[in-house]
Order: sequence, then C-alpha cells, then structure tokens
Amino acid sequence: MKIAVCVKAVPDTESKIAIAGDKKNIDFNGVRIITSPYDEFAIEEALKLKEKNGGETTVFSVGGAEATDVLRDSLARGIDSAVHINDEEFAGLDPLSTAKVLAAALKDGGYDAIFCGQQGVGGDNNQVPVMLAELLNMAQASIIVKLEIDGNKFKAEREIEGAHEFVEGTLPAVFSTQKGLNEPRYPSIKGVMAARRKEIAVKNAEALGVKGQFTVESRKVKVKEMALPKERPLGRKLDGDADAQVKQLVELLKTEARVI
Amino acid sequence: MAEGILVFIEQRQGKIRKASLEALSEAYKQAKTAGGNVTALIVGKDVKSLAGTLPKYHPHKVLVVDGADFENYSTDAYANALAEGVKSVSPKYVFAANTSMAKDLIARVAARLDAPCVSDVTDFESEGNNLLARRPQFSGKAYTVFEFNSPLAFMTLRPNVFAVQESSNNVNCPIEDLQVAAGDIKARVTETHASAGNKIELSEASIIVSGGRGIKGPENWPVLQNLCDALGAALGASRAVVDAGWIDHQHQVGQTGKTVSPQLYIACGISGAIQHLAGMNSSKVIVAINNNPDAEIFKHATYGIVGDCLDVVPKLTEEIKKLHANN
Ligand SMILES: Cc1cc2nc3c(=O)[nH]c(=O)nc-3n(C[C@H](O)[C@H](O)[C@H](O)COP(=O)(O)OP(=O)(O)OC[C@H]3O[C@@H](n4cnc5c(N)ncnc54)[C@H](O)[C@@H]3O)c2cc1C
Ligand SMILES: Nc1ncnc2c1ncn2[C@@H]1O[C@H](COP(=O)(O)O)[C@@H](O)[C@H]1O
Repeated sequence: MKIAVCVKAVPDTESKIAIAGDKKNIDFNGVRIITSPYDEFAIEEALKLKEKNGGETTVFSVGGAEATDVLRDSLARGIDSAVHINDEEFAGLDPLSTAKVLAAALKDGGYDAIFCGQQGVGGDNNQVPVMLAELLNMAQASIIVKLEIDGNKFKAEREIEGAHEFVEGTLPAVFSTQKGLNEPRYPSIKGVMAARRKEIAVKNAEALGVKGQFTVESRKVKVKEMALPKERPLGRKLDGDADAQVKQLVELLKTEARVI
Repeated sequence: MAEGILVFIEQRQGKIRKASLEALSEAYKQAKTAGGNVTALIVGKDVKSLAGTLPKYHPHKVLVVDGADFENYSTDAYANALAEGVKSVSPKYVFAANTSMAKDLIARVAARLDAPCVSDVTDFESEGNNLLARRPQFSGKAYTVFEFNSPLAFMTLRPNVFAVQESSNNVNCPIEDLQVAAGDIKARVTETHASAGNKIELSEASIIVSGGRGIKGPENWPVLQNLCDALGAALGASRAVVDAGWIDHQHQVGQTGKTVSPQLYIACGISGAIQHLAGMNSSKVIVAINNNPDAEIFKHATYGIVGDCLDVVPKLTEEIKKLHANN
C-alpha cells in the first residue's frame, strides 16, 4: 500500500501570541514550533496501516525552514520518507492554495490512503483535507475517530452533533483524523537517531510545475488585519459564604447579565 | 456579475439545524450591505414541507434538491447539490453553519469551484459592497479579518453567535425544485447512531455547565446534571476528565473538543487551560467555580465563586429551582 501523511508545522498551543508589525500575521519570534497535534493521529494511523498491510509511508509538509524539524519528528516515529515543499511563493498560503500545492505533489504518487489532521491548530481552518480530496478526485472521510480498511473498502466513524455516523467507501481516499482515533506513539531514541541521518527531499514550485501560480497578488483570500482579542472586562469574585455567593450569583445572572 | 448570498440549510432526519437558521438570518442582514438576493438551499429526501418553513427567515427564494439519493448524507451527492445550487443562482457568497456536516462539505465544494473559504466566522465587516469576515484564530488568542479577491467566496458561521430573526407575519417566497444528479458516490453514510448523553447538543445549547478534574470523580456527574436540568443546560467537560474516562468525548469542550458560544457557561472545577478556553471563551457570560482563588479561569470569568464545587453547585441548583418556582 502507498500511504501519504500531510503534516503542518504550527506554534505550540501554549505559546503566547503577539501580532507582527505588519498586522498580517503573528510574531513568530520565540514561538516554539510543533507538529499540529491532530497530525500526530494521522501519522499514527498511517503507521498502523502499514504494520497491518505492508507498503510504504511518505510524509509531506508545505512550509518554510520550520517544517524540517516537524518532518524529522514524523521520520523519528517511523514514517519511511519525507518531502519538504518549500518555496518563497508558498509563504502564508491560504487553505485552497495549500491544498493545490499538496495535490500537485501527491497526484502522481499512486497513493491508496492519504492521512491529514482534521485541523491545523492556530489557523483552525478544517479545510485542506477535503479540498485535497476534491482536487485529487478521491473519496473522503473527515474528522474520523475510527477506521477499518479491508482490501480497497473502508469504514470510518465520525462524531457528529448528538450522534455517531459511519461512512463506507472505496480507496483511494483522504482521511482527516480526530482525537480518539488512536494513541500516537512517541519517537524512540533509536528512531530519533535514524531520522537524523535520513535525507529529506525538497521540492519547490518549479519542481512541482506550479511556478508563478501562488503569488501574493493572485491569492483569492487575504488577511486584512490581525489583532489581539479585546480583553474581557475583569471578572468579579463574589463575597461571603457559599450561600451568600450563590444568592448573589443568581441575582446577577438574572438582573445584570440577563442570561437566566 | 455575481451577487447575493446562497445559504446551505442543513437538515437531518427532518429537522433543520438552528445554526442554519442563524446563518440564513445573518445572510438577510448582510445582503443589505452586500446587495443582491438571499437564496436558501435545502437538500434531502421528502424535504418539501421543511422547505416551506423557511420563507419566514426572509429568503427571496428557496431551492430544494429532493431525491432518494440525498436521503442519507454523502459528501459526493451533497457536494453536487451545493455546486449546482451555486451555478444556478451565481451568488457572490455562500454561507453555512459551521457544523460537522459543513466541515465535511463546504470546503470541498469551494475547491471544486476554485473559490476561497473562511471557516468559523464570528463577525462581518464591510467595505463598499464587499463583506469581510472576522474570526478567532490561535485558540482565540488572536482575531483575523479576511478580505476576498474572488467573484465567489464561501464562509461558515460559528453556531450560537448570530441571532435567528424570524418574521411573525405570513411571508411567502418562491420554492423551486432544483434537479441534481447525485453522481458517482465514492463514500456514503451507511448508519447513524444517536449518542446517549446530552439531550441538547453542546454547540447549540444556550447554557452549558461543564465539569473538570475538580469534581473529583465520575460519581459526581449527577451533581452537575441536576444543575443542567434546572437550567435547561447541556453538560460539558474538560479534556482531563475525558482522558480519565469519566465521560464520553462528545462532551469535551476545547481545542480538541467542541467550540461553544453559549449565553452562559458555568465552569466547575476547571483550571482554565488555554486549550479549554479556546473552546469557550466566546461565551457571553462565564461563571467559574473553583477552590483555588488563583486559578486562571477567574481571569476569564464574568463572575467567580471561590469554593468547593461539590458544595456550591447543589446550592446553586436549589436557588435556580426556587427562582423558577417563583416565576
Ligand atoms: C494539544 C492539546 C489539546 C488540548 N485540548 C483540550 C481541550 O479540547 N479541552 C480541554 O479542556 N483541555 C484540553 N487540553 C488539556 C488542557 O491543557 C488541560 O490539561 C485541561 O483542560 C485541564 O483540565 P481540568 O481543568 O479539568 O483539570 P486541572 O487543570 O487539573 O484543573 C482542575 C481544577 O479544579 C480545581 N479544583 C479542585 N478541586 C476542586 C473542588 N473541590 N471544587 C472546585 N474546584 C476544584 C483546581 O483548583 C483546578 O483549578 C489540551 C492540551 C493539549 C496539549
Ligand atoms: N502547510 C501544510 N503542509 C502539509 N499539510 C498541511 C498543511 N496545511 C494543512 N495541512 C493538512 O491539513 C490538515 C488540516 O489543516 P487546516 O485545513 O489548515 O486546518 C492539517 O492537519 C494537515 O494534515
């Protein structure tokens, strides 16, 4: 089986966020970069599928220099090979453009299954996997918590509002992974050492045959402005013993906040 | 020129999602700025009568895609329906509620039509006839305003943020069939199992009571459930207690759980980690009950009670019951 995984390098969710001088992005100075947490489920599911069915696994990431460590992390967990898609033209891509770049890299690979995280944390778009499925004309099952693959058939489970639904379809397919699907393994020391020696293939816009397609001018959606959220007005701690506090709270919820 | 707004109306098992009505109401409001008409599109099997309930939200037209192939959701058939809907009315914007169906569907159709998409919008701005979309990113630690450079753009709207505006008068508008071939279906939903647990869906609840590690153990959920029942609230949870196996993941609020925006969010024994805040900090009013006066959650709470939640919550439940008994 040929299995691909797409991973995104993102700021650690614990990071303190500041806005860059041009107000179009966050300030990455001093921000720790990690593999987007949902992508860990994608890596794990790819490894499990290979353990079961044999085959090869390749990880892809579109990004600048920060993507290198993230790709090494995937290799350290046991992914066979890595492709770093890096070009100045790809800086700050929107989800549709990211999906197009990934599609260009994946389209001739003959992949049976492509795993993505359900959401790249930070951007929080939930878009790239299903756009990629569309561009590659593949089946999809998004935000899945369970997956069974048997021959070229799959059955996936997804959580929806107030219910679980089961999706059945045919490979090749794109899957986006949600917490609950598996327990991601940590890289072993041996894996980390081996990953250090592995070569990461690098592809630019020209190699993918998309040079000039993703210039800033041609983008269909742009950040106009980023800002920090308005501070919530400082909350009020209530006084007195538990009984007094509860009485006060109910009164405030009723007459001041008017939510009950 | 493309103009107006097409709204995808989500229905499951003969029920329209409230969040879709919020999106439709907001489209009516924004169309006054953006210009053009509002069209509602509903997809399913035997959904004609449901379509008939939509005119009071002021669309200019309702489009219905009806057929056996659309009875159960499949990405492929529904994507064909929405793509055909877009082709038939050529809107400038497509709105949908940001639900699990939308997360599966909307961006796929956007890619098919080579149009950009912004997810989880919580506010709109305008520039001339153009809409700008505002949304939280980075777990709510930043807000981004997006502008479009495209004749067509898709947006999903965060549930519970926009108001439903319905007309009490009899309003009429044309309800038209749209013939769509379901096409090649590569994957389809074959079963749906309702989950036990919340009667009110978390992302649509107007009040949520959530419990974290401070509730001490799963045997204490009834304490919180009683408060939920008194308030008509849904029960939420932190990841720590979901990971500990005290409650099912469908209750989890936060970055790896659900994003919620209720009128009132009561956090019981929850420390206020950033990943939890990411899922609930757009709530209108936040109440924190925590025995540690320095807990982070108090910095985000409208009202805070320092105390043992197992002591405070039953008292609060009694007080709410008294309030309702007196009304
Ligand atoms: C990638 C990633 C994603 C994550 N996603 C999520 C997510 O989606 N949702 C989420 O919630 N977390 C998430 N987390 C975990 C998050 O960082 C915290 O670990 C978690 O929210 C803590 O849960 P808690 O507040 O219940 O527990 P704790 O942090 O242990 O807090 C318990 C609180 O209860 C108080 N307390 C103790 N006893 C009592 C009592 N008797 N009465 C009142 N108060 C009491 C304590 O003072 C404390 O403040 C994520 C973490 C990571 C790294
Ligand atoms: N730059 C990228 N490189 C590789 N994969 C990506 C990239 N951006 C997004 N993805 C994949 O798409 C998923 C969802 O991302 P998003 O749509 O941005 O929320 C991520 O979890 C990744 O699997």
